[in-house]
Amino acid sequence: MSVMTSNKHSATPTPPSRKRNSLSKGKLPRWAVPATAAGAIIIGAALSTLTGFSVATFAIYSAVLFVIAATVITSVVEGKRQGRNAMWTYLIYGSFLLALIPLASVLYTVLEKGLPGMSSHFLFTSMNGVTGAVDNQTVADGAPVLGGAYHALMGTLLITLWATVISVPVGMLTAIYLVEYGKNGPLSKAITFFVDVMTGIPSIVAGLFAAAFFGLILGPNARMGIVAAVALSVLMIPTVVRSTEEMLKIVPNELREAAYALGVRRWRTILKVVIPTAISGIASGVTLAIARVIGETAPILVTAGIASQINTNVFANWMSTLPTFIYYQILTPTSPTNIDPSVQRAWAAALLLILMVMALNLGARLIASLFAPKKGR
Amino acid sequence: MTTNALKSKSSTSGQAGDKIFSGTALAAGVLILVTLFAVAIFLLIQALPTFVADPADISGGEGFFAYIWPIVIGTVIAAAIALLIATPIGIGVALFISHFAPRKVAGPLGYVIDLLAAIPSVIYGAWGYMVLAPALVPIFEWLAANLGFIPIFAGPASQTGKTMFTAGIVLAVMVLPIITSLSREIFLQTPKLHEEAALALGATRWEMITMSVIPFARPGIISAVMLGLGRALGETMAVALVLSTGNLIPSLIKSGNQTIAAEIALNFPEAFGLRLAELIAAGLVLFLITLIVNMIARGIIARHKEFSGAN
Repeated sequence: MSVMTSNKHSATPTPPSRKRNSLSKGKLPRWAVPATAAGAIIIGAALSTLTGFSVATFAIYSAVLFVIAATVITSVVEGKRQGRNAMWTYLIYGSFLLALIPLASVLYTVLEKGLPGMSSHFLFTSMNGVTGAVDNQTVADGAPVLGGAYHALMGTLLITLWATVISVPVGMLTAIYLVEYGKNGPLSKAITFFVDVMTGIPSIVAGLFAAAFFGLILGPNARMGIVAAVALSVLMIPTVVRSTEEMLKIVPNELREAAYALGVRRWRTILKVVIPTAISGIASGVTLAIARVIGETAPILVTAGIASQINTNVFANWMSTLPTFIYYQILTPTSPTNIDPSVQRAWAAALLLILMVMALNLGARLIASLFAPKKGR
Repeated sequence: MTTNALKSKSSTSGQAGDKIFSGTALAAGVLILVTLFAVAIFLLIQALPTFVADPADISGGEGFFAYIWPIVIGTVIAAAIALLIATPIGIGVALFISHFAPRKVAGPLGYVIDLLAAIPSVIYGAWGYMVLAPALVPIFEWLAANLGFIPIFAGPASQTGKTMFTAGIVLAVMVLPIITSLSREIFLQTPKLHEEAALALGATRWEMITMSVIPFARPGIISAVMLGLGRALGETMAVALVLSTGNLIPSLIKSGNQTIAAEIALNFPEAFGLRLAELIAAGLVLFLITLIVNMIARGIIARHKEFSGAN
């Protein structure tokens, strides 16, 4: 990048072995910034010790001192403009480091607390029969935690599967209509607008939509897997429409015209030429859409309820999913007096969920890069 | 496309296939519209009892407006805290990735940020509940002791750390990747010639950014922040897990306050009758608020699309 190189030149104008000449006059020597940093760290440690040492105050004091000192030194030696440049540069580096702290902490917490609970017992048993008394007994005996997330895993997979089954055909056909048939008519404009509206729907409102819809048909408190799947497809359809639309748009028109010139029908052209060309992008878009809805909690809470047994029928009875399992294990531990087993199960489920989301994201990227279509001219 | 002329001249065989296929595609598009309208109407019908009921029967006993008002304010407070924290940091991180980081690490960093946006909200909520809230207790105590005269820091501080301020920080962590990835896209689209012209005139890197990158990206930044706001307003799990709820109070470091999304999530599983209608009406209010915010954001994107290339 041109920005980088030009700046590097201005920062190190001459080899350090030379005597200072007219070109390097008015520049900070190379050791100045590391020296300032070292000074700031020492004074920061001292200040922090005065007020009761902690890593947080040490880091804050040192960082603030360093930014102020480096700015002042640069301003005095190199001028006000360079001083301001230095200050903003350090602030931007700082904001990046600051942003890393919570994100790293989240990942570390999930790994640290999730790994101990991850076992084949956890993966292949449900919470059926695991009561507060069982957890109390486990803690008293120091035995391995009983109960697992098999029912929630099944619920997640089934509900997401049904959401995909609903969303992918509807989403893809809508995108085909928008790109191949609609051509900026009033209807396609309306559809584009409402797909945009759907993108911004808060997930809990999508859950309420589905709950209200089925509530009117089947009576209040109709909670089962398929209601949750409908709620998730409200969230999933706009993502599928958007990504399919983008992919269909970059299919070169020459391909369509070549097919038409051979006398191929339009629908066969779309099915046999356009979609196969764009299929990698569509598949990766669908995978990302699945990754987005698989971790949704709020819509499941209001549509599928909560269960502790295995229920593989999405058309009857309540179901758990991994996110609602995590939520309830944390908010209402199985045994209120000994929450540790519940916490362990919750974090193991969180680890499982994160692994699934990451795998889906990486899978999407892999699909997109392995089978990327040639973009034409 | 030049397909219309060709279509009318082709033979009749296979015409049925064409009709069926285009009909199905049209039906799918119409289905989205119909579903959205039908469901909006169903939601209104389900919420209707709230508006016609005797005000004394509504939670709080003073009608729907008195019920919804405090939690609307709570929602706005949580989102405001989140944006105040996430906007400067998010833009800083985006600038770092687009203009400061070495090119070799910039690409992977952008990908990592996108990956973080995909972490499910319940995990951020659990992290806020287990890790962040206890860690913030000493800070809240310090704030209450030293800045307690400001109403928002009035003590005594919560001993669990499950306060509005904590919820706001968790929301900030959640919207940060959104703001970062959207503004990074726009920063990268700044015309290279503008940047090089600024540098050629002797501008420092920061002057180049304020003179060429920021003016170019301003509408994009605004819409990124608005989309982040839409997410923060509608976010449920972080608040439901992290906030220990209560009445509307000015202090951010005591337990109290509530947001619409968390109110629904916490109460819906046990709700029936009028309470159910109330919660659905609350959902409707939340939907309207986020709808307005998102429409403004998309309006800004659309108006500046031709030269910002946003979205």
